[in-house]
Amino acid sequence: MATKVIMPQLGESVVEGTVSRWLKREGDTVNEYEALLEVSTDKVDTEVPSPASGTVLKIYVEEGETVQAGVLLAVIGEPGEPIPEADEGGTQDHHGHGGNGSKQEPQPVAAPAKAMATAQSSGSGYTGHITPVVARMVAEHNIDLSQIKGTGRGGRITKKDVLAYLKQREQGDVQDLPPWEQPGDGELFKPTDSFAVQTKAQPAPPPAKPVAPAASPAPPSPTPQGTPGELVQLSNIRRAIAEHMVRSKLHTSPHVSTIFEIDMGAVLDHYHATKPIFAKQGVRLTLTAYFMAASVVALRENPYINSQWTDEGIYLHHAMNIGMAVAIPDGLIVPVIKNAQDLNLMGLARAVTDLAERARNKQLHPDEVQGGTFTITNHGVSGSLFATPIINQPQVAILGIGKLEKRVKVINDAIAIRPMLYASLTFDHRVIDGATGDAFMASFQRVLENWRE
Amino acid sequence: MAQMTLIQAITQAMDEELARDPRVFITGEDVGKRGGVFRATMGLIEKYGPERVVDSPLAELSIVAIGIGAALADLRPICEIQFADFIHPAFNQIANEAARFYYRSNGQWRVPMVIRSPYGGGISGALYHSQSVEAFFAHVPGLKVVIPSTPYDAKGLLKSAVRDPNPVLFFEPKKGYRAIKGDVPEEEYIVPIGPARIAREGEDISVFAYGMMAYYAEIAAEQVAQEGISAEVVDLRTLAPVDRDAIRNSVMKTGKALVVYEDNLTLGYGAEIAAIIADECFEYMDGPVKRLAGPDVPGVPFSHPMQDFFMPNPNKIADAIRDLVAY
Amino acid sequence: MPELTAERPSATLSEEALLEMYWYMLLSRRTDERAWVMHRQGKIPFHISAIGHEATQVAAAYAINRGVDYVHPYYRDLTLVMAIGVTPFDFMMSLYGKKGELSSGARQMPSHFGAKHLNIISGSSPVATQVPQAAGLAFAIKYRLSQGLQSPDDTSQPRLALTCLGEGSTSQGEWHEGMNWAGVHNLPFICLVQNNFYAISVPLEGQMAVSSVADRAAAYGVHGISVDGTDVLAVYDAMKEAADRAYSGEGATLVEARCYRMTPHSSDDDDRTYRSREEVEEWKKKDPLVLFQKRLLKEGVLTKKLIEEYEAKAKAEVDDAQQRAEAAPWPKPEEALGDVFAPLEEA
Repeated sequence: MATKVIMPQLGESVVEGTVSRWLKREGDTVNEYEALLEVSTDKVDTEVPSPASGTVLKIYVEEGETVQAGVLLAVIGEPGEPIPEADEGGTQDHHGHGGNGSKQEPQPVAAPAKAMATAQSSGSGYTGHITPVVARMVAEHNIDLSQIKGTGRGGRITKKDVLAYLKQREQGDVQDLPPWEQPGDGELFKPTDSFAVQTKAQPAPPPAKPVAPAASPAPPSPTPQGTPGELVQLSNIRRAIAEHMVRSKLHTSPHVSTIFEIDMGAVLDHYHATKPIFAKQGVRLTLTAYFMAASVVALRENPYINSQWTDEGIYLHHAMNIGMAVAIPDGLIVPVIKNAQDLNLMGLARAVTDLAERARNKQLHPDEVQGGTFTITNHGVSGSLFATPIINQPQVAILGIGKLEKRVKVINDAIAIRPMLYASLTFDHRVIDGATGDAFMASFQRVLENWRE
Repeated sequence: MAQMTLIQAITQAMDEELARDPRVFITGEDVGKRGGVFRATMGLIEKYGPERVVDSPLAELSIVAIGIGAALADLRPICEIQFADFIHPAFNQIANEAARFYYRSNGQWRVPMVIRSPYGGGISGALYHSQSVEAFFAHVPGLKVVIPSTPYDAKGLLKSAVRDPNPVLFFEPKKGYRAIKGDVPEEEYIVPIGPARIAREGEDISVFAYGMMAYYAEIAAEQVAQEGISAEVVDLRTLAPVDRDAIRNSVMKTGKALVVYEDNLTLGYGAEIAAIIADECFEYMDGPVKRLAGPDVPGVPFSHPMQDFFMPNPNKIADAIRDLVAY
Repeated sequence: MPELTAERPSATLSEEALLEMYWYMLLSRRTDERAWVMHRQGKIPFHISAIGHEATQVAAAYAINRGVDYVHPYYRDLTLVMAIGVTPFDFMMSLYGKKGELSSGARQMPSHFGAKHLNIISGSSPVATQVPQAAGLAFAIKYRLSQGLQSPDDTSQPRLALTCLGEGSTSQGEWHEGMNWAGVHNLPFICLVQNNFYAISVPLEGQMAVSSVADRAAAYGVHGISVDGTDVLAVYDAMKEAADRAYSGEGATLVEARCYRMTPHSSDDDDRTYRSREEVEEWKKKDPLVLFQKRLLKEGVLTKKLIEEYEAKAKAEVDDAQQRAEAAPWPKPEEALGDVFAPLEEA
């Protein structure tokens, strides 16, 4: 029986790796535990030991290619024994669509990879009862429950199971899988020195040799040689953004944008009248609250915008958890207003101000940046007229708000000066057709232009 | 170190306190020549005389009330209620009076007294010689409620109770009077009222109990240890004021809690322990807080099969441990 | 009305003592009346009155070693505690519930007297609970004497325990159990039953089948005396006899003093629903303050001028007490949390 070699998951937040070098070629013999290939990820570079002794029957992923964890890299067995096709036996294709591909994709070969795929959306593939202590440990230790075998009643994952898992994780001995089939958590292959440096955004001396291609989420981007410049080490958040952007735009959602122009006169009238009233109650009213409120109406009228692609179908979210992109010094963070449909303008204003403030002060709780079903980015505040932002996965649309400025408009054949802005909806064309996107924007525009509360 | 029974330790504690402080006296039904129906005061009248070991009229209310008056006058009464089942006529004096004197007088009048009483079932005592009454009193602020489960604790806690400036209800698991034996040091010692005792350390589950049930819980923990279950047994010892830290610390370690008491289940003392755990340890719980207690019937029945059905015992505790560990 | 004769203990009372007793009756009466006014003005939530009981109470106080012997009073004992040392200001503070009020730090309702420095034991509201406790206090005295912890002639130590209650409260089992201990152990104990013929609304016949509470003394093997509770000197004689019995180790005494509650039971009661105005008016003729005043005038102890002086002084004292209490600060809310347990070092 041929043994599969898969791309290991080399860190909790790491979803893919790059084959930097094969140490064995097809037809070579290899011993169990002998180094088989070198893999780079955005966290570590490491050798992958062979899971079995035998002959390298087939190599599926060439050097330089980046694939998701769990993807079949090679097969080891006895010469002449049948080998699985790349898309057979639960492998993924090389670009690792992570289960969000447009066709029904085969399941990943190993449980960890499957777990990772679901973890992207729900945090876990485990569907059993989670006790409070297990929930707390999951949050504290960044655990994917689907990687733990429950020994409790009905397979419930117990605290003891989690403790055993953590202990094994520390010892690098998860389950009975060979190490390269085991999920890592970032501690497992923790670099000895570069980790601390990563967290600091200070210039580091250019390395003697090119940094590992794994430092980038995209295919290798070597450091320029002989060109004057300085290297700014990547912060975790920058890495995460980079990874997410590539994944969203290049690997997941076909992005399409539609742009409407909105007359903000009604909103501004209301805003100027209401702001001091809210202020008396300690609430700072911003235009973002109006965009939130209008989005809620538009989402209600166009539920597909508030949805998610799944292999089984399009999942329509009942809760409107609206994220709002907030620029922070080292990047961007998207706190989420949960159940925005339950809030009135004051509730939204309060939530917007609170979250934005705490985002800037880095005081957000992890669960406040998770669970979004739709996102608004107000790029206009930095002067941008309109933009086509990238969808925040696994959502299917993002609303961009451009700069508010007075423009000349023709109204009833007369020239008028009106406060206008461009708003764009960038959507996942798998889920949303152009007409649906436009319908959402029309709703959004209608609410704002006829604002009254 | 001397091996002695629970009741011998209690007698010794009273003997030593009578010798230590001339303000200490004992009163109750049959405490004099008879030495108490359970023999807890055996030999004391001979040693200290009928003025200090006082046979009371057969009236529990006045046993307590005389104690209160004497305590107000700065004596140190030890009042014996022959069976906890008979304490109810004195409830008004305990709950309405003794408990509230310090508070109601703005700290002017205090009631340093001990009310000792044997409690609990499993001795063919039926409805009126088997009751557990601790919950009634633990509910009343101003009362301390102590229940020992070992001879060492019985002696040390009773001496603390006699020296405490507040009314202390000292309930003794009568089934364990002679069944529970243990080492008691020769030298003077006290066990402070308040802290719980970790009777056995464990990792998988916390078992909270007191009195006879703490003794049984240790036996049950030993049983399940053979099966690889590591049960921690917390002997609460002081029910009021309860050692919340000990409860928290144990549950935060194990994530599971079983509360065992031989009183009726509903609104029994263990219900409060369960509430504390739910309140303060929610994020550490790996299973529901479970209670093992007597059924909600008006008493422990006399006939053996029914009595055994009512009473928790080591096997029932072990089963409850297994069940919760498997959750 | 008994005459002052040489055989009676009251005959030995000095003029000074008689005037003091009159003064405390008057001061208590005026304080009590002011409390009713304050209640009707809406300044205070509750008052329970001693009006009509003053003779009994002041005599009881003067028959014992005031401030030293244990007194475990009941809620109607304003004159008794004032004669022992509780001031109109102390009482006013309790009516308002102001910070640091003497009896309870304003935790209890007014008239739940208690003062450690005067050996007045703190009381509760359920009736007769104090009786077996007072027997316990008397037991402690006997115990201390038997153990050599107290010398029999040391008048700086309590040598008896006095407790008071109404006649209705003698229906309680607690009264029985306390009396029984007092009899069995021959305790230095006085139980003073202030028989005002009503337990709130239920008349004497609804409480007992004997005509005098003192008839019950025999059942406990204690000495029983029944006395006119409107007559200061008669009560003094009875109480003095009881106290002497206690001091000399002869045992407990049950004293019934028959008087009349000239007000409703409390500020929340309307006594017109259960007793006639005629009956009340009839008793008012036996107002103990008036009777004692007449007697002292007749004896030449009091004069009209002195009466006026005392009235003015009482009014000034009550005015001052009320003003100061009204101006006094409230307790801090969190004082509700204090004094649940005495600290260990006090043991």
